[in-house]
Parts: sequence; structure tokens; C-alpha cells
Amino acid sequence: MSEALLRATGLSLAFGGVKAADGIDLDVMKGEFLAIIGPNGAGKTTFINMTTGYLKPNAGEITYDGRRITGMSPRAIVKLGIARSFQLPQLFLEHTVEQNVALAVASRHGIWSPLVPLLRPGYREEARDLLARFGLSAIADSRADALNEGARKLADIAMAVALKPRLLLMDEPTSGVAASEKMLIVETLVNVLRDAKVTAVFVEHDMDVVERFADRVAVWSQGRIAALGPPGQVLADPAVQREVIGIERHATPPGAPHA
Amino acid sequence: MKRYEPILGLLLAAALVAAAIAAPWLRFVLTIALAKGIAVLGILLLLRAGQVSFGHALYIGFGAYTVAFLAPRFNDGVLVLLAAAAGAGLLGLVVGLFVTRYRQIFFGMLNLAMCMVFYSLLEKLYHFTKGSDGIRVEIMPIAGQALDRVTYEWTVFGIALGLAFVLGFLLRMYLASPMGEALAGIKTRETRLEFMGVPARGILLSAYVISAIVGGLGGALIAMTSRHVTPLLSYWTASGELVFIAILGGAGGVLGPFLGAAAYELVRVYAAASFADAWQMILGTVLLLVILFAPGGLWGMAARVLGGRGR
Ligand SMILES: Nc1ncnc2c1ncn2[C@@H]1O[C@H](COP(=O)(O)OP(=O)(O)O)[C@@H](O)[C@H]1O
Ligand SMILES: [Mg+2]
Repeated sequence: MSEALLRATGLSLAFGGVKAADGIDLDVMKGEFLAIIGPNGAGKTTFINMTTGYLKPNAGEITYDGRRITGMSPRAIVKLGIARSFQLPQLFLEHTVEQNVALAVASRHGIWSPLVPLLRPGYREEARDLLARFGLSAIADSRADALNEGARKLADIAMAVALKPRLLLMDEPTSGVAASEKMLIVETLVNVLRDAKVTAVFVEHDMDVVERFADRVAVWSQGRIAALGPPGQVLADPAVQREVIGIERHATPPGAPHA
Repeated sequence: MKRYEPILGLLLAAALVAAAIAAPWLRFVLTIALAKGIAVLGILLLLRAGQVSFGHALYIGFGAYTVAFLAPRFNDGVLVLLAAAAGAGLLGLVVGLFVTRYRQIFFGMLNLAMCMVFYSLLEKLYHFTKGSDGIRVEIMPIAGQALDRVTYEWTVFGIALGLAFVLGFLLRMYLASPMGEALAGIKTRETRLEFMGVPARGILLSAYVISAIVGGLGGALIAMTSRHVTPLLSYWTASGELVFIAILGGAGGVLGPFLGAAAYELVRVYAAASFADAWQMILGTVLLLVILFAPGGLWGMAARVLGGRGR
């Protein structure tokens, strides 16, 4: 846990007058689970978008495993072992859940095989196994556009996990998941990730989840990191409680489109 | 539904052969239908990605003129077919590198534009193409065998049927493969592909090249059958016709294009004979009815009868 897997230095990005990132410095240590909290519009998704190559920062740089990845395409960054899930699930809507995950499995082995079925034995089993671990076996054959919000979210994460990343960035993995199932799902997810020795960064609004599963918490505020440390310490900070957790309690669910 | 596809394919093939034996003049119509069905397989691929090309008569015309130009030189049906496929594939690669940057209406219209440019070249370069008079294609030996007219026509019919089978079979496998399913993924979530490390544009480009190859083969077969090529093969209405057939037949499976093409050609021939001035109206009405009441096309209707989803 002493070595940084991902290092952001001086990351800045403005949209018009809005500073979505304003000098972000952050080290994500190998093997850790880092939670990102903060009010809507603080720039949490923007950070993930920059790290995964979807957005290019105006200034600053990101290194992964000592290698500069700023400005690389999402495709190239995935190949290095960084995967992500989305605040608004991005599924192939006309495919089944199993096909969605199998496509992610296939993309790891090289997609350019035109004459062997996607649902060949190896891929199918891997997809089925993963869906079972996520508790999604019952809907494996459902079309993605027929799922409820929580199932869509989980399938979206399962696709990212199927890429077997070393670093997984999850944007609000538990939003939309029913409160009663939330803890169980996160626990399952955490077990999957720990087994695979995946380093994880996740944006989270539920402080119980953060407290229980995060090794460290980064508090985002107006494009900056306002506090960083172990959850026990950060969440106890009165300023954080007032500015983040207080707002969180009353915040409406985010509705703006997020890539 | 997928299970029935090979059997239905065989049944359809048997029906075509029976019809061609029963009525010799139908042999011509059905060879053309098979040729168009082959070309429409390419439209079906692009439809999987949610893209509609309004310009694929470009490849029909290219394949047909390849036959017209090369038949006297190569003097063999097999060789000119191979040349048409290879040439159309190359042209598809060049055009595809450009048009696959675009989606939706821009993709459709750029294909149309390319097709129109090709059409006017065929018209204007009279010295080379004989303009709107077109070029006659003589009966040519096939696989080294010199053939009389009837044997030649049967042979071309057989080649068209064989190619329809082989290509239908290959494309069916392709559509169920990671490459084909990723192609379908472009329709609903192209960016997700990139976040999985899959080059979406490369996937679309490869489908486009395949669509150009089958378009070229279809055009070559049309030239070998009608034995006369004119720029009208690449006129924009010919491109529309391919899309028409794709929708009529249904994009859910590889039999769709052949059902659509056979129905289209037969309706056209009978309607043109019976109601000389109204056949376009009849076809238009048929298309309207299909879109309104059977969006899965003829294949979708067949699938529903057999109890399945057609995809
Ligand atoms: N692609 C974009 N174009 C313009 N503004 C954007 C874009 N993405 C994010 N923003 C703006 O940047 C700020 C941070 O957004 P975001 O990173 O989505 O916040 P969070 O995920 O913390 O809710 C917001 O004000 C948002 O409106
Ligand atoms: Mg967000």
C-alpha cells in the first residue's frame, strides 16, 4: 500500500467559467479502496472522465504505474488496465445482460474473431460466473433495456469488472440500488475486487458505505480536494460534515447526463 | 428461431430452383433476385450498426462495370467475379475510411453522394463507358468451360444460389461473433465500446468493406445475368431499392434479404406486366404496409409464425 498506482498532479479543467478541476493532486495507492465524496457538480465525474481519457485536462498530468497517460484515448487507457463504470449505466440496450458482459470478456481476448460465436463456452461461462457473483443470474437473458435502475447499475459494473482491470473507477456504484440490498451488493463487489487485487476508486454518496469499505476518503469541493484521509478522521471533521454530508442529506439525485 | 434458419434457407432455395425449372423466364428474374439479395446482405450489416446507406448501388455498379470491362480480357466468369469482389472491397475500404467517420443521416447522405459521383462518371466518361448506352456483356466461359446460352444461364443461377448460401452462412456466423455483436453495439452504445478497448470505427469499417464486397458480387452477378450494364445500376433509386428490399425482407436474419429480394422482383415483374403505370405505387403501398404492420419484414413475419423473435 505504499506505492502509487495512479498519480494526478495539478489536474485542471474548466468548462467556460466553471472550474470542474482546479489543481487536483492525488495519489491512489496500489490495492487501496479510495472513496470520493462531495456535492453534485464538485467535479467527481470529471476526474474519472479525465483519468479514463474521455476528457483532456487543460493542465496537469496523470501517470499510471509510472507512465504518463494524459491525452491518451479511452481505448489505449483501457488496454493499460484501467476500467470504469458509469454514473448513468452504459449498456448495449438491445443485447442481453449476458451478451453485454460476454462482449466485455471478448474485448479482453481481442474482438477480431468473425466466425466464432460470442457466447462460446469459455466466454459464456466467464460471463455467467461473474453475473452469479453479482447476483444477476436470474436476469442474464433479459435485454438490457428491460432492467430496473439497480440491475442496470450492477450490470454496468460487471462489464467493467469483466475487463479484469488493475484499477477500477466506479461512478456512484450504489445510486439507484435499493437501500435494502445495498450493503450486501457492495460487500459482494468488494470481495470480487479484493480477490482480484483490484485497486478501486469509487464516487459514493452513502457515508455508511464509505465508512465501512473505503481505506481512504477524498472530499471533492468545487474542483478541488478539500480533505483526504481515513474515513474515521475525514468524516468526523466538522467542516466536512457541514459542507458535504449536510448537503448530501438534502441533495436531489443527480440527473445531469454524465458520460 | 435461429434453429430454423438453415432449414428455411434450404426450403427457400428448393422453391427457387423449382420455380426456375417450372418457368424458364423466372430463372432470369430469380437470378437477379439472388444477386440483389446478396447485395442487400451488406445493407443488413450496416443496419445492425444502426446505419442506413443510401448509396450502395455504387458497389452494384462498380461490380457490374468490372464484369463489363474485364470479361473480354479475363474471358472467365469465375475470374471476373473474384475481380469484382476484390475491386469493390478496395473501393469500399477507401470510401469507408471516409464515411465511417459519420453516423446516421450524414452517413446515409455521404454514401448517396459517393454513389451519385460514380453515376455521373459513368454517364460523362463516354469514351470509356459508352455513357447511358451502356456496355454489352457477352456470354463468357465459366471455370474454363465454354457454355451455350441455356447452360450459361443455369450456371450463373447456380453460382448466385451457391454464393447466397455461402455468404448467408458466413455472415450469420459473423453476426453472432464478438465482431458482429460489437457491430450491433454501435447502434446503442458506441462510446462504451471504446471504454472496453474496442475500436468502434474499425468494427464499422470492416462491416462496411464486407458490405462493399457483397455489393460488388451482387452487381457482377446482375451484369452476368442481364448481360448489359448501364449507369442506371448506380442511380440513386437503385440504392433506395436495396434499402427497400432490406426493410421488406427484414433485418433480423440473413434470410431476410433473399425473401425481400424475391418478393420485390416478383411483385415488380407481375405488377409491371399487369398494371404498367401503377407498379411503383403498388410497391410503395407494400412498403408502407410492411413498415406500419410488420416492422420485422417478411422474415419477422415468418419468425412470428414459427414462434420466435426473428433475431
Ligand atoms: N462535458 C461537460 N461540458 C460542460 N460542463 C461540464 C461537462 N462535464 C461537467 N461539466 C460541469 O463541470 C462541473 C463538474 O461536473 P461533474 O464532474 O459532473 O460533477 P460531479 O460528478 O461531482 O457531480 C459541473 O458544473 C458540470 O456542469
Ligand atoms: Mg457525477
